[in-house]
Amino acid sequence: MSDASAQPQVHHLSPPTGFIRKHVFSLDHKVIGLQYYGLALAAVFIGMVLSWLFRIHLGWATAAIPGLQFFSPNGAPGGVITPEYYLSLLTMHGTIMVFFVLTNAPFAGFGNYFLPIQIGAEDMAFPRFNMMSFWTTFAAFLVMMAAFFVHDGPPISGWTAYATLSSVGRDAGPGQAMGQNLWAVSIALFCIGQLLGSLNFIATTLDLRTKGMSLSRMPLATWAWFITACIGLLAFADLLPACILLILDRTAGTSFFNPSGMVVSDNLQPHSGGSPLLWQHLFWFFGHPEVYIAIIPAFGIVAHILPTFMRKPLLGGVRVLIGCMVAAGFLSYMVWGHHMFVSGMNPYSAILFSVPTLIITIPFTVATLIFLGSIYGANLRFNSASLFCLGFISVFISGGISGFFLAQPSLDTYLHATYFVVAHFHFVMAVAAIFGIFAGTYFWMPKMIGRMMNETLGKLHFWLTFIGVYCIFMPMHYLGLAGNVRRYSAFTDNYLIPLIPVHKFITVAALLTGAAQFIFFYNLIHTRWWGPQAPDNPWEATTLEWSTTSPPPFDNFGGRHIVVTADPYEYGVEGGATDYVMQTTTGAATKH
Amino acid sequence: MSTATYTPPQTTAPRTRVAVPVVTATKGIPSQTGVWVAVSAIAMSFAALTSALIVREGSGTDWHRFVLPRILYLDTIILIASSFTLEVSRKRFAAAVSSSVAPSGSSASIAAAQRSDGLYWLNMTLTLGLLFVVGQVLAWRSLVFQGLLLATGPSTSFFYVLTAMHGLHLLGGVLGLIYVGYRLRRNARNAQTSLGTAAVYWHFVDLLWFYLLMVIVIRM
Repeated sequence: MSDASAQPQVHHLSPPTGFIRKHVFSLDHKVIGLQYYGLALAAVFIGMVLSWLFRIHLGWATAAIPGLQFFSPNGAPGGVITPEYYLSLLTMHGTIMVFFVLTNAPFAGFGNYFLPIQIGAEDMAFPRFNMMSFWTTFAAFLVMMAAFFVHDGPPISGWTAYATLSSVGRDAGPGQAMGQNLWAVSIALFCIGQLLGSLNFIATTLDLRTKGMSLSRMPLATWAWFITACIGLLAFADLLPACILLILDRTAGTSFFNPSGMVVSDNLQPHSGGSPLLWQHLFWFFGHPEVYIAIIPAFGIVAHILPTFMRKPLLGGVRVLIGCMVAAGFLSYMVWGHHMFVSGMNPYSAILFSVPTLIITIPFTVATLIFLGSIYGANLRFNSASLFCLGFISVFISGGISGFFLAQPSLDTYLHATYFVVAHFHFVMAVAAIFGIFAGTYFWMPKMIGRMMNETLGKLHFWLTFIGVYCIFMPMHYLGLAGNVRRYSAFTDNYLIPLIPVHKFITVAALLTGAAQFIFFYNLIHTRWWGPQAPDNPWEATTLEWSTTSPPPFDNFGGRHIVVTADPYEYGVEGGATDYVMQTTTGAATKH
Repeated sequence: MSTATYTPPQTTAPRTRVAVPVVTATKGIPSQTGVWVAVSAIAMSFAALTSALIVREGSGTDWHRFVLPRILYLDTIILIASSFTLEVSRKRFAAAVSSSVAPSGSSASIAAAQRSDGLYWLNMTLTLGLLFVVGQVLAWRSLVFQGLLLATGPSTSFFYVLTAMHGLHLLGGVLGLIYVGYRLRRNARNAQTSLGTAAVYWHFVDLLWFYLLMVIVIRM
């Protein structure tokens, strides 16, 4: 059949039958997507519990947390967290959340599952690389978790692992011996996993689109994953050698980051001439694109979900939003220095980094205005997924506005490393991306597991989380303006003591918001086994994932070759039985 | 307040169903795209290392030049030669394909001869690649004998890191070529394409070495 032979034929494999091939070492992008999602779910739970622990410590520094002494006898003797263990907890919280949650779930998780389906492909371009990608990431996660169980505990150098604290070794404090080694090895492994994943995403998007799926007809979520893969490819290719240099400094006695004449813990360090700032440059050249790796998939997910529930396309069509994401991705490589304004940088260099940072707000502002302008006048269908999209826009604006302040060196000199920054990046990157993940979960779970999630619980989850995150992070702006530096484990200075009640309020809010997440966990688990069966297209959506069964068969479309005949968001169309046009119709699809 | 009911402004004109012509999406070859993507990531890694080298050289007063082992230049010649042998191999295999479809009667035996010729040159490429790695190890040994170790100074640190990372990528290329050779021997589908893909990677690793050698010669 000439038509069939023109189609991409990547899936020569027949469906696996054994348990291991089906569920563990699977080559199926859908299973791998679910594995990434599951890993992110486990990671987010651990990261959340860690944040509870250090939030309790910040509110009540001498409080004993029952049972913690058994988990870490050194870090929490009698259940009271030591200042060093506090740093360990926040290091692991940041690392787990940024790498294993915000990168894994919206990009690797949903992307693996839906990118091939949305472009009408049967699988990723390189299924074996895809499997390796997940298992490398999983190994990275295990190595990271191992840091909890080594003698002196996890590292204390924060998720940014600034040299020389990270590069000196044992003398720098508890966790800086084996714990920091495990951290560096884990992140290096993580980079390899993500590079393999990005390679797959790019080749799949470019080469495996089905007939009629031109670039302009690709859904915005697919665009976002594609752009993210391009960003990730360069970002992780930068972090990997940086981690190798860090490991060498720590274990082989080299001096890439360690300067000469350093005395740490009364010991003269045997290093010479290294540059601690070199680590910051290498790290932030990865680090700033990394936050876009977290947020752009969430942007794509929201842009994909909103039209479905507004029943009309986004203002300006898909091209403006694609342009915004491309521009943001491109500019993300020019702004790394804005994390280093107080590093002794020449003020002229600071301006060079400040200007693109302010320019980068333009594509994001345009994108946000597109969302808001599109919602205006739309008859929005309120459900858990669309609520989380609205929540995403809200927290993104709240966090984005504080970015304007931090982008200016003169203001950042005061606000740098205060809770103002913590509030900023949690809103704009962490919570916004998490809301994108939640929106994607409520939207796509019917497709992924074939069952509908409970809407009442979903809405309750949204409102508690939405109010909760504002209670947690809004007061942090005030703390930062009041001069409260981040990573202090206790507040003993006169100017900080009056701020302790604010910290107590934040801790209570964090505990309650965290507790509200159990509604989500319950909803997810209950849906998996006992939820009502999902129809193929419960949301009356148009893109290709909704033209197959829920969940899709092994080859995604049951042997059909998809021909795409319409743009991705044809909603509000008159003159037919429905108000939407699917990207493909069953008539256009041909059987084998 | 007016009692008129509020009607939301229509931000988009009502659209009607129109038949959209089917456009065939482009169909590249994933492995070809993939290898270029991989090459750009590797190039990024070495760009990061190069910038680290420049920053590190300027950050301290401990950057000492050392005499490069001469075998590096022989290695360079070996690696360039391997790119040529790989191209010869590709030409033979391409010729085998065209003579196997030629109408003349003896085309099958000609094709077989050309294929075995192609495999010979492929094995030659592999041998040269491995020789290069051996040469790099010899270069390390000569540095070790001079007392120049990984942690001796920043210039030697970078020398070992750059050559080791390049060597690892080259060994990856060797594994790739072994796999392609296995596919070619089995006459697997698309084996010719795999050879083209592997060639892109091999030439890139070759070029990368040339670039690294320039960095090393200029800075060390």
